[in-house]
Amino acid sequence: MASVFRLLRTLQSNNGLLCKASSQPAFSRLPQQMGRHHGSAPLTRYRCAYTRAVPLASAAFSTSSHPMRKKVMFPGSLNSEYTHELSFASSVESIPTYQVMDTDGKVLDPANEPQVSEEEAKTMYRNMLTLNAMDQILYESQRQGRISFYMTSFGEEALIGSAAALDPKDLVFGQYREAGVLLQRGFTIEQFMNQCYSNEKDLGKGRQMPVHYGTKELHFQTISSPLATQIPQAAGAAYAMRREGSKLCTICYFGEGAASEGDFHAGLNMAATLGCPVIFYCRNNGYAISTPSIEQYRGDGIASRGIGYGIDTIRVDGNDIWAIYAATKAARTIAVEQNKPVLIEAMTYRVSHHSTSDDSSAYRSKKEVEDWSKRDNPISRMRAWLENKGWWVKGEDAEITKSAKAKVLEAFAAAEQLKKPAIRHMFEDVYSELTPELVREKEEIEALIKKYPDYYQVNDYAKS
Amino acid sequence: MLRLLLPKQRLSRVRHYTAPINGHPMGIANSSLLLRTVASAQTDSRLSSLGLADTELRKMNMCQAINDALRIAMQTNDKAVVFGEDVAFGGVFRCSTGLSQEFGRERVFNTPLTEQGIVGFAVGMASRGHTAVAEIQFADYIYPAFDQLVNEAAKFRYRSGNEFNVGGLTVRAPAMAVGHGGHYHSQSPEAFFAHVPGLKVVVPRSPTEAKGLLLAAIRDPNPTVFLEPKILYRAAVEHVPTADYTLPLSQAQVLKQGSDVTVVGYGSQIYALENAIQLVERDTQASCELIDLRTIHPLDADTVVKSVNKTGRLVVAHEASRTMGVAAELASVVQERCFLRLESPVERVCGLDVPHPLVFERFYMPCAVRVYEAIKRSLAY
Ligand SMILES: Cc1ncc(C[n+]2csc(CCOP(=O)(O)OP(=O)(O)O)c2C)c(N)n1
Ligand SMILES: [Mg+2]
Repeated sequence: MASVFRLLRTLQSNNGLLCKASSQPAFSRLPQQMGRHHGSAPLTRYRCAYTRAVPLASAAFSTSSHPMRKKVMFPGSLNSEYTHELSFASSVESIPTYQVMDTDGKVLDPANEPQVSEEEAKTMYRNMLTLNAMDQILYESQRQGRISFYMTSFGEEALIGSAAALDPKDLVFGQYREAGVLLQRGFTIEQFMNQCYSNEKDLGKGRQMPVHYGTKELHFQTISSPLATQIPQAAGAAYAMRREGSKLCTICYFGEGAASEGDFHAGLNMAATLGCPVIFYCRNNGYAISTPSIEQYRGDGIASRGIGYGIDTIRVDGNDIWAIYAATKAARTIAVEQNKPVLIEAMTYRVSHHSTSDDSSAYRSKKEVEDWSKRDNPISRMRAWLENKGWWVKGEDAEITKSAKAKVLEAFAAAEQLKKPAIRHMFEDVYSELTPELVREKEEIEALIKKYPDYYQVNDYAKS
Repeated sequence: MLRLLLPKQRLSRVRHYTAPINGHPMGIANSSLLLRTVASAQTDSRLSSLGLADTELRKMNMCQAINDALRIAMQTNDKAVVFGEDVAFGGVFRCSTGLSQEFGRERVFNTPLTEQGIVGFAVGMASRGHTAVAEIQFADYIYPAFDQLVNEAAKFRYRSGNEFNVGGLTVRAPAMAVGHGGHYHSQSPEAFFAHVPGLKVVVPRSPTEAKGLLLAAIRDPNPTVFLEPKILYRAAVEHVPTADYTLPLSQAQVLKQGSDVTVVGYGSQIYALENAIQLVERDTQASCELIDLRTIHPLDADTVVKSVNKTGRLVVAHEASRTMGVAAELASVVQERCFLRLESPVERVCGLDVPHPLVFERFYMPCAVRVYEAIKRSLAY
């Protein structure tokens, strides 16, 4: 046994040496306590390969009150103590849900009063209204067959609070229902429309379905449909940021459904063991298409898993923009200052159909949805808060919604007029350079287009 | 209200690759390969040979035919179960509609959202002799289960010296283009799985075929990947026998006899081939033979070889990208076995070597125009 420890210790000090040798300024040289080995003096080493995210504590037992108990010596156990009682651990108390304001917009604990300026708060609220207006129009336009697909954020507009709490240079990995984050970052209505219309101004060059936004300028990785793939990627990007010494972090959004994928588990464990400054943000909206969360998991939501991986975790009221804002701010501080991941589970309700391909009345009652949107609506909650502050005049909403809709319609009409991206974009970016195969295929297609211009309707496409 | 705000405009969701060519109607809706009338079903030689010519028929689209096959599989085998993401309410394409009500949630159930979990679970059930019919919501999302299929299901029998097998495993997945699916709702991953010894790969072209082939796949004592061209779910409608029947795996079907060129494909691609042949035969004296591969692996090379030995020419087409694809395998088998008989190089008409591109799909597709050109090149060589 002792030799195992010796080996471990050698490995650790090697790690430390490796870090010291590195010229990267990123490895914050904070001494860190290693609580892994009972009996040995706390090891001090440089933060490098991994950090322990959750304090090692076992409040239920203390050695003093149970003199017979001894701590377990196996290298894989964390401060566990021996017991002589045969019992299986099962769920503990449910993790509480952090809330700042009630459904009437009243801050419940004055200490939690949001620390934001009037302008900041109003911008967030305006973005909530704009998101809502944009969703209504694009949803409707899909119904008319003018765009091929769309996904709305109805009921989840408070997500904007998370974006407001970040540094604009923090890197975002989204799932697909995060248009609010982009709005808050400054993605323009025109940019949304151009993507959904797959026109020549779409940053993605018309290659992906609507809502697969992405922009380097705003540090928002392009959406990819396969679920949960972004979760380990976010951990890796965060590790890179840590190495850069940028004092930035990554935020990674995903649904409670996606959290069932293997990549979720892989990503959280990688982030925890390697000390990655990443905020995992789970939008728990109760459904993954038709599958209710009760069929998705049996544990205490997604939050309990964070603790299982040794990750600092908080559950928040996902319809309370200020709870989200405060939790994300605090999470960011932990991630960036301590180089470790944080998990936020935001509890909300998907008022939307899953997408325009879905009719949710096939698996949940219309009444359930109506009741939810009446009982607890993130937009009206924020409005009530603003009114309580005296920062908002009744009726101002109608104005804003009206002008937002006008803006969206104008951008929409403009996007619709534009051509599809030039055909050469089909062949480019597969590799950094066209391969000989692609050159040949491009020539073949160009020749065919010349021969069959009507069939290929090339006039829909930009010239070059 | 919004309807008024948005001026009406031409729908942008046109299925461009079925637009008429030189005035010739294209596409599935006009296909003469489908059993669109009762009479065509009653005289179909494939059905007659199964003794189904005079049995009850029902009009079904491919989605309903698959539903019917699943129902029969469950009725005739108490050990059969059907599961996957959103399967209980009927599935996102409604292929499992009504099954959970009929057979109960123990046999027809939703799973958590994890493809590796779904296929691993199915492998486990099959290893106990159960019949596990797992659905992957889109073939594009099958890759988290790649390990379970390639390393586990495919090798289960071999690695255990036939102590164990997972013959009861069938993985169904909607695949291929629909006109607006982009990168992740359009893929044709058949070549990945066809490359693996131990897996069978099947792609049906119609409701009648889907029902018979799916029942065969479910009952076959080998793990099978069953890729359903999702564009056919609603577009292809036939008069399908309501009886329990299977169509043979690893048996290609000659859909049309011809003497000058052999044209091979599978799945929805068959309809583009049909159209191309119509154009060629309208414009030239040539006669084309059309073959549906049906099972991609193990391949019925004999049928193709026999045909090419007759015609001397081969055109192969599939939606999946060309490089390292199924067409390359067929070309190679044919040059091995028909070398002296070949009159022209084997033509491959395939998806381009790019990720399936949303707005450029019409150029990406091995549409009738491209097949037409390839057949003419082959004939003129
Ligand atoms: C790997 C993978 N499997 C399946 C799908 C199909 N799919 C798209 S969204 C979705 C449900 C996701 O639910 P959740 O993660 O809860 O997000 P929400 O839609 O509720 O925001 C499914 C099954 C997919 N995109 N990727
Ligand atoms: Mg969800």
